[in-house]
Amino acid sequence: MANAIIKVPKTARRGEVIEIKTLVSHIMETGFRYSTTGTHIPRDIITQLVCRYNGTEIFRADLYPAIAANPFITFFTTATESGTIEFQWTGDNGFSERASAKIDVE
Amino acid sequence: MTKRASILSPTRRHFLTGAGSAIGGLGAIRILAVSPALATPETLASAMREVTKGVTPQPGKIKLEIPPLVENGNSVPLTVTVDSPLTEADHVKSIHVFNEKNPQPNVASFHLGPRAGRASVTTRIRLADSQMVVAIAQMSDGSLWSDRAQVIVTIAACVEEIN
Repeated sequence: MANAIIKVPKTARRGEVIEIKTLVSHIMETGFRYSTTGTHIPRDIITQLVCRYNGTEIFRADLYPAIAANPFITFFTTATESGTIEFQWTGDNGFSERASAKIDVE
Repeated sequence: MTKRASILSPTRRHFLTGAGSAIGGLGAIRILAVSPALATPETLASAMREVTKGVTPQPGKIKLEIPPLVENGNSVPLTVTVDSPLTEADHVKSIHVFNEKNPQPNVASFHLGPRAGRASVTTRIRLADSQMVVAIAQMSDGSLWSDRAQVIVTIAACVEEIN
């Protein structure tokens, strides 16, 4: 159901600043809305994105209902060594999604 | 008769004032139930205090890029860039984004480090009304920098109902 798209360059020079783009499919229900019958729609959002480069945390985002549906986050990091970049999204109702990308650093 | 009236009138007055306040009370409840309370500049200030701990952020170093006029408040692109050498000694610790009039003042908090390479984060946010958006950057030395932008929203987020 939920799926994530990440964009990480396959190769990079050592010390190069690389751009990382992440997109995950999620409704991000704010918890401030009511249905036409007046019933409250409970909050269902992604609360956190953690990004690890070979196990070291390089970026973390705490998200709130003011983030648009299908959270799209772009950030930068320095390519230090070859390895994997892992992404983990966690949220309400036990939401959890993982993705990872390999990078070759010359 | 006069005696009776004098007895009656206070009760009548009491009844009217009582009924009035009851209606007033009902009205207040209805308003609350219909539209969730919007974040006010006070809640914005208190949310910012959680980050700043009472220190006033200085202007500069941080740049908040957001379109001044947006058609759809459900998805507003936002970029925050901080000017920093990003070394072990001097780097950006975190970037916090706040809004003035959404139901909740927090938008997002991004935690960076010396390895960021470039302290720049892009995302898409929701805006419930035309309002001010504030970004605060916290450096490794504890200093705070902020930037703000006024955004006009034609179609607000969070107002539509779903079946």
